[in-house]
Amino acid sequence: MEIFWLLGIPLAGGVFLALWGSRRHAPEINALFSLATLLAAAALTHRIIEDGPMMVGAGWFFIDSFNVFLVALTAFVAFTTALFSRPYMRIEQEHGRLNDKRLRLYHSSYQIFIGAMLLALTTNNMGILWVAMEAATLATVLLVSLYRTPASLEAAWKYFILCGVGIALALFGTILLYFAAEKILGSGGTALLWTHLNGVKAQLEPTVLSLAFVFLLVGYGTKVGLAPLHSWLPDAHAEGPTPVSAVLSGLLLNVALYAVMRSKVLVDGALGTDMAGNLMMGFGLFSVVLAAFMIKRQTDVKRMFAYSSIEHMGLITFAFGMGGAVANFAALLHMTMHSLTKSAIFFAVGHATQKAGTQLMDDIRGLIKTNPTIGWGLMLGTIAILGVPPFGVFASEFLIITTAMHEHPWATPFLLLALGVAFASIFGRVQPMVFGETELPRLPHQPALAPVFLHLGLVLMLGLFIPPYLADWYRQAAELLGG
Amino acid sequence: MSTGILLQLAQSLLAILLAPLLMGWVNQCRAWLQGRSAPPITQPYRTLRKLFHKDAVIAHNASPLFRFAPYMIFACMALAAGIVPTIANDLPFSPAADVIALVGIFALARVFLALAAMDIGSPFGTLGARREMLVSFLAEPALLMVFFTASFIAQSTELPVIVQTLAHREFAIYPSISFAAVAFWMISVAENARIPVDNPSTHLELTMIHEAMILEYSARHLALIEWAVALKLFTYSTLGIALFLPWGIAPQGDIAALPLALLVMIAKLLLGGAALAFLETISAKVRLFRAPEFLGTAFLLAVLGMLIHFLLEV
Amino acid sequence: MTLAYHLQIVNLLAALLLLISFAMLSQRRVVALVTLFAWQGAALATSTAIVAWSTDQHHLYYSAALTLLLKVIAMPWYFYRLVRKLNVNRVVEPMINIPTTMLIGIVLVIFAFNLALPISEISGTVTRSTLGIAMAIVLLSFLMMITRTKAIPQVIGFLAMENGLFFAATSATYGMPLVVELGVALDVLVGVFVLGIFIFQIRETFDSLDLKHMEKLREK
Repeated sequence: MEIFWLLGIPLAGGVFLALWGSRRHAPEINALFSLATLLAAAALTHRIIEDGPMMVGAGWFFIDSFNVFLVALTAFVAFTTALFSRPYMRIEQEHGRLNDKRLRLYHSSYQIFIGAMLLALTTNNMGILWVAMEAATLATVLLVSLYRTPASLEAAWKYFILCGVGIALALFGTILLYFAAEKILGSGGTALLWTHLNGVKAQLEPTVLSLAFVFLLVGYGTKVGLAPLHSWLPDAHAEGPTPVSAVLSGLLLNVALYAVMRSKVLVDGALGTDMAGNLMMGFGLFSVVLAAFMIKRQTDVKRMFAYSSIEHMGLITFAFGMGGAVANFAALLHMTMHSLTKSAIFFAVGHATQKAGTQLMDDIRGLIKTNPTIGWGLMLGTIAILGVPPFGVFASEFLIITTAMHEHPWATPFLLLALGVAFASIFGRVQPMVFGETELPRLPHQPALAPVFLHLGLVLMLGLFIPPYLADWYRQAAELLGG
Repeated sequence: MSTGILLQLAQSLLAILLAPLLMGWVNQCRAWLQGRSAPPITQPYRTLRKLFHKDAVIAHNASPLFRFAPYMIFACMALAAGIVPTIANDLPFSPAADVIALVGIFALARVFLALAAMDIGSPFGTLGARREMLVSFLAEPALLMVFFTASFIAQSTELPVIVQTLAHREFAIYPSISFAAVAFWMISVAENARIPVDNPSTHLELTMIHEAMILEYSARHLALIEWAVALKLFTYSTLGIALFLPWGIAPQGDIAALPLALLVMIAKLLLGGAALAFLETISAKVRLFRAPEFLGTAFLLAVLGMLIHFLLEV
Repeated sequence: MTLAYHLQIVNLLAALLLLISFAMLSQRRVVALVTLFAWQGAALATSTAIVAWSTDQHHLYYSAALTLLLKVIAMPWYFYRLVRKLNVNRVVEPMINIPTTMLIGIVLVIFAFNLALPISEISGTVTRSTLGIAMAIVLLSFLMMITRTKAIPQVIGFLAMENGLFFAATSATYGMPLVVELGVALDVLVGVFVLGIFIFQIRETFDSLDLKHMEKLREK
């Protein structure tokens, strides 16, 4: 039952906010809907932890530990982002960058976007998964171009066309999957149900499945932001409003990777080889290295952190590609850490750029003086994402690298090099932004940065101590992905 | 065997004699469609007779090649017309009727024509020869592709076998053959210097291709070339019919089927000529530098036909 | 071995779809491009209907009707209006000249056929061979999107790609489950709608639909 609440609330929210328009309290209503979604997600998570995996709605929805963990994460980050966007968007409106009409579009699309992602996560049907992913793209295209500046329009167009092409390839992969499945499961609705496919995966035709996986990986990989298909990602993150950057980076990329992983489980079963894993490792490693060197060249702060997202998604993809219980565990943990930390960073960056009136890093200086909260938020977030202990990112990166040393020693130097380069360039950039000299006076009002510290607190806690039930949960999910 | 030889001779003679008639028919149709009063259908014969009666004028610096070329061109075309199955299949010349050899014969005639055009050294001749080579360099591979498509279906490059296979199998829709047919049509138009690639009835230096090459010829030489041109059109027509509408061509040794085959062939030629005239009337000549695009399309269609054959029909 | 007539017609339509893809690739005018797109949709709808009839899969009739409605009537009408309203029907040369594009296209077709060959051999459906054509259409549309710099041709390329995918779904697998197909159709519809808004936004901001203006965002 929780599942219907989970999907119904954001959808109803989208419709309601579209109708409610620019009347008073629209941002609060947006946050309320997100809170309700979070509660539904919590209820669902509780149920799964109690009862184990379940199928709902005549097999249309399937929840196990893997996706319920992402559902909880998505609902949580969606809620905190909604909290963050309330004051943020108000200030943007005061600056004249947004009007009532666009704000209405923003609120409505935001809810639909969250709803589409949750649908993609919970559905059992690989076809519906595709449909939901495409819907999530469409919901965010107009959000990226919300400011209507030439650059934002260009970014949105690029986002639309590239992800559109990517997702079209994924559809082809889905068709091939159905093509292979139909011979065993018969035509009709059940042949695309993941649970059914999982049951017969050993009998699926290997040639077709390997081709299907290539298409699925390239297709959904475009949305994950895997190099060389990543070029939409920095643009969309840099030009869209900051809350959108936060959810794109923190959530959409995860969901796309989730789609890849669901496919990988099937393909591994059918092929019995490491072909899928090797492909993912290749794409992942390439993304990590490329992104690390691109970070070095950035001047725009949001672009820089967007490339950092590519780097981390590459790392997660690499870990999933290695497979095995430990690597999967590390990848899941890193997914969580990255979502929480990166959205926190975008919140802090959002306020910093809003105050400075620019996104150029050279023009942002001395945040610690003008506003200590933002300064500390950005600094701590940066330290966390760079994998400095005791933050949780350190734990997951450490696990990934040690596993890589065991199983694929050749890859470790690349990983270490990339992480080192990324560390040096990001830290070197952020340090003067926070501690540099500035003439600007202290800002009069305090920004609402509670979400930043909430996220960072969680990351810190998970770095020091993972509660046993959470560890169990991750372990279960890791095993589902093929230990 | 002897009936075979007789039949072969009859068919070759028929082709040589009937070719100007086809040209006359096309011209007549064109005149009707354009609302002009038509010249008599026998006009090409009268032109030929008139030319044969004239005295030849030849430039001082013409080499023997210049005199020899018209005979060579005529011989090539006559041979080509003889080996394409027109009314009867599998005649004594048939082993020579290989599609690749056919393309070679056409190429031979073209080389002589181009050489002769350049022989005098007049600018028009060279210009025409260069343009002709441009067209043929694109048209020839396309023509080969069309033949390959047909021969992949028949599993042979020999025309009689192709005709036999295509005419006597269960009717089926071949997307590849329809693509090849369109490509063949476009190539024929280009090779026979018709609109939209060239205009046979103009002497405008900006556009002409074929006419520019034969400006220096007169009298019997010109007559032979004109006749060869008519033969070429005839050969292409019968070739198209043999490949794409082969029904009605008499199989080997079936004398009784011959009269019917002749009638069917004449009907097909009349229809084909009318269609050519119609298409020429409704289309405009393309600029010369668009001609490669036209032929590129033909090549594309031919290649697509072949690829589709591999994917859909094997 | 000769196939039944309806399958021969499906094959013919497959060839036609491929041909239309090439025609689109070579087309310089936007209006003609829209017309070709409508024809492609019509061929697609016909082939879907024939497959539906021959295999007795009733849900394919809905797909065929949906295709007819969306891709032959609604979208071309919308694009014609857009072109007229924005007055963008001029001859535009693509980035790579057309003969070269065609040659690349042929190479892509060969590649697609090669890719599809092993699958076709193991497939059980009668229209299996059309899978390669579908893949070729997808790749050709992709090529078209790359070589065009204007917004509307890019979108048409995108939709043509979707046509290819849809053809793969109907001919190789007799259609995806209806729910999925409806979802896909809905997504495409919303996508076109979003694009319509988008094209007006681009037009307002840049005063042109040429995406060459949109080259600010690139790595330095």
